[in-house]
This record gives sequence, structure tokens and C-alpha cells, in this order.
Amino acid sequence: MDTDLLFIFTLTVFIGFELISKVPSMLHTPLMSGTNAIHGIILLGGVLVLTDAGTPLEQGLGFTAVVFGSANVFGGFMVTDRMLQMFRKRKP
Amino acid sequence: MNSAPALLILGVSVLFILGIKLLASPRTARAGNLAAAAGMLIALLTLHHPGGDSVWSLGWNFNRTLIALGLGLGLGLGALGAYSVKMTAMPQMVALFNGLGGGAAALVAGLEFRQPAHESEPIIGGSLLFAVLIGSLSFAGSGIAYMKLEGKLEKPLTFPGQKILNGLSLLAIFGLCGYLLSHPSSSPAFLILCGLALFFGVAMVLPIGGADMPVVISLLNSFTGLAVAADGFALHNLAMVVAGTLVGSSGTLLTLHMCRAMNRPVKNVLFGAFGAGAGAGAAGNTDLAGRAVKPIQSDEAALLLANAQQVVIIPGYGMAVAQAQHQVRDLSEALGQRGVEVRFAIHPVAGRMPGHMNVLLAEADVPYDQLCEMEVVNPLMARVDVCLVIGANDVVNPAARENPASPIYGMPIIDAARARTVIVLKRSMATGFAGIENELFHRDNARMLFGDAKATLQSLVTAVLAS
Repeated sequence: MDTDLLFIFTLTVFIGFELISKVPSMLHTPLMSGTNAIHGIILLGGVLVLTDAGTPLEQGLGFTAVVFGSANVFGGFMVTDRMLQMFRKRKP
Repeated sequence: MNSAPALLILGVSVLFILGIKLLASPRTARAGNLAAAAGMLIALLTLHHPGGDSVWSLGWNFNRTLIALGLGLGLGLGALGAYSVKMTAMPQMVALFNGLGGGAAALVAGLEFRQPAHESEPIIGGSLLFAVLIGSLSFAGSGIAYMKLEGKLEKPLTFPGQKILNGLSLLAIFGLCGYLLSHPSSSPAFLILCGLALFFGVAMVLPIGGADMPVVISLLNSFTGLAVAADGFALHNLAMVVAGTLVGSSGTLLTLHMCRAMNRPVKNVLFGAFGAGAGAGAAGNTDLAGRAVKPIQSDEAALLLANAQQVVIIPGYGMAVAQAQHQVRDLSEALGQRGVEVRFAIHPVAGRMPGHMNVLLAEADVPYDQLCEMEVVNPLMARVDVCLVIGANDVVNPAARENPASPIYGMPIIDAARARTVIVLKRSMATGFAGIENELFHRDNARMLFGDAKATLQSLVTAVLAS
């Protein structure tokens, strides 16, 4: 499992490089905001640790992680969408 | 891992990759963002516990109530931020969301590290400590970046011995990590490590100037991505590894791109405030101080614009500060109705975030095919009748091309000086972020139109419509 993950990690690094090299600077703000939303996947980690939380301290910290991750992921995608729906072509 | 969840995660990964790929064109960008969001939703709904069960299929208990509450609270706060933020404040918003992600990554890693099950697995422990460190750094650093962009901490903060203090805290961090790998249950060592990582995040961002914050946010964004990937590694969650790594690697490359657009090495942006350099630019340009500029009034400027064939508008951060993007759109439409060909030239790092001007103009309904990149406009500049510079300064400074002594020498600029007439709309003769004089304002073909961007543009629109 661990070597599988290392394998996937390495290949994904190259995919990330390739993807970004083609984005025009015009779209860099939505791009930063969009990738920012994608790392909100940490929400999954928050849900996992809170599922296993045993003590009140663990529950409190896990709850904070879920709130942070949830705000990151939902807010991130929403604000990116709000920006992108404003980009439109010249009316003919 | 059996094959059904693995295939789902493959689908999720494809959606993320496709999402970022579609973000590369304004025509497909919105669909790209939605594809990534769909991937996220699938990943969340099909989340499996490392034990093998779906986390949503277990019975109801207090922890599940907390999860539901946390999800709802985050959703509400996120939506509130996303729909209430002004487009001019977008860089702050991204910093804020990034900080939350970093904080969550650090919390998850911290909780997981304290599980006794990992005591015999140094690789897992190591990646969790990495996530605690990088996540805390990103959390604290983004907080400082947020305050700087809000204008609360504009000045770079340096003090003697700062370098030594930072170096020592870094050494202490490495030492503590080594100790914790062999003594994972030591609570004091773990708490000190968290504190030091937060301190280091603050100390790293404090000395960096407000205008360099976009680079910092882009870098911290990729840091958060890597912290999330490390968390995914420890939690055996493939979707987290793929998503985190994608953000980490693409964010790193984006950071390098941005530094290249400013012709500055990353090292210089991050540690530049520690060097001298700040005074050098002003000294190199003292000969300009006494030279006069030619002012122009708005009715005369309107006449020049209305009778031009080709006009290029160069917006900068000043336009964002004055919230003048709607007036700029009005002016461009008024000129368009008279048959003037209007184009917008956008420097890759204009504003407080790369591409920020494009977002603001899109908000004001300027169609994106009217927005041109620097490389497209520059060769056409000699045939342009009037170039209207609105609140931009360093990105049109000819010194970047002509004066090797200038601190911005080598930075690619928009060649406004080569247009027949340049009208510079500016509040005062104050310098731009780089703190250097702009020789463009003193050229024979330059006219200075002083005043608040919004009010001045409004009077230009009125005058153009009346002429």
C-alpha cells in the first residue's frame, strides 16, 4: 500500500506541473481559488478523525477540523464559481 | 482495497484533473470548477474508514452529530464568505480559505499522530509530523497574509536578529521532530513543536511586503496541498493523496510563474526584505525629481479619446482601490459606440493577485475577448493613438526595459510609452509599490490626469457622450 501511494504521489506531481503550464495569466485568480477549494478535501480527514474521537479534547479538535475543512471546500468552490460565471464573451 | 471503492477514487481523481484542465480556458473554466466540485462530493459521500466500512453506514452517535453540525457550520460560513465578499477583496478570501485548510490539515495530523497505533510506524509518524508542521505554518502564514492584504499590516516588519531567531526556531523544529519520532507520546515536545510551527509561519510572512502577498498565498496554497497529501498518506486515503499532491505541485509551478512575471527569483520575494536594496531605486532616479509633468484636464482628455481610432486601457491596482471598474466599462462602451477600437492590456501581475484585473473587469461586464495579454498588445502599441493608464505604475515603467540600475530592470512591462499619447490617470505623483519614480510620466507624449479614478472616469464618460 505504501509504495503504491508513493507511486501515485510521484506521477501526480508531474500531472500537476503539466496542467498548470497551460493556464493563461488571465485565469490565475480563479485557478488559485479553484485549487484552493480542492485541498479542502482535508474535510475527509476531519470526518475520519472525528469518527474515531474518544475524549472531549479529541472531539473538540476534530470538530474544528471538520468546520475548517467544510468552510474551505464549500466556500472555495462557491467563490470560484461566482468569479467564473462573470467571464463572458462579447455580445455579437 | 477491493475494486469498487478503488474505481470510485479513480473517477474522483479524473474529475479533479479534468477540472483543473478545463480551468485553462474562460469558455470551459466554470464547467471545470463544477467537475472538481462534483469529484469532491463523490469523495465525501463514498468516504470509507480505513477499517473498510463506509463512514456514513455506521450507527448514529455523538461523534456523528458533531460531524453533521461541523459540516453544516462550515457550509454556512463558507457560503456566507463566498457570496458576500467584494471582488476587490478576492485575494484576502483565498488567503482565508487557505488558512482554514492548513489549520484543518494540522489538526487532523495532530490527532492522528497521538493515536497509539502509529507508534511503531516511523514513516506514518514522519508524514503526520510533516503535515502538522506545514499545515500550522500555512494556517499562521495565511492569517498574516490576510491581515496584510486587508491593509492592517502593510509595512514589512523586520528587526535585528530576526534571521538568527528564525534559523534557531527552524533548528529546534527539526530537533523536536527527530525526538518525537522516537518518543511519539511526549506531550510537551508535541505542543512546543506546534507552537514553533505557528510562530515560524508568522515570522516567515511578516517581513514580506503587501504587494508580494499573491506569491505568498500561492506558495502557502501549495503547502496546504502537500500537508493534505501527507495526511492522506497516513490515513490511507487515495483521494486525499491525489487531490493534495495536485494542488501542491500545480501551486509550486504557479508560484514560479508569478515570480518569473515579476522577474524576481522566489528567494528574493520570500527573503528580500532582509537585504538592503530598498533604497537603491530611489537613488538611481533622483534626476527626475525636478522635471515637470504635463497635466491635462478631463474634457481635453475626453476629446483625445473620442477622436482616436485605437485606444488601449491599462488598469492597475489603483482601479481596484477606487472600485472604478464599472466606470471603466462605461467609458469603453461610450468609445465603442463612436467606433473607437478599445482593448484592455492586462499585465500578468497587475493588482494584488495575478489575473485579479480580469476578474474585476469581468464583474463589470467587460467581455473577456476584449482583454489582451501583455505579449499580444506590445507589438501593436506603436499604432495605438491613446493609451489610458488607470492606477497602474510599475508595470508601465520604461525603466524596467531601459535602466539597468533600476530595481525592476528586466521585469516585462506593457509598452505604454510607445503609444502616440499616454494619458495617466492617477491620484498623485506617489510612487508605485516598488517605490521608484516612473520616467513615463515625464515623457513628451505623456499627460497626467490627476484625481480620484472613479470621479474622473465618470466625467470622461460624460464628456465623451456629449462630444
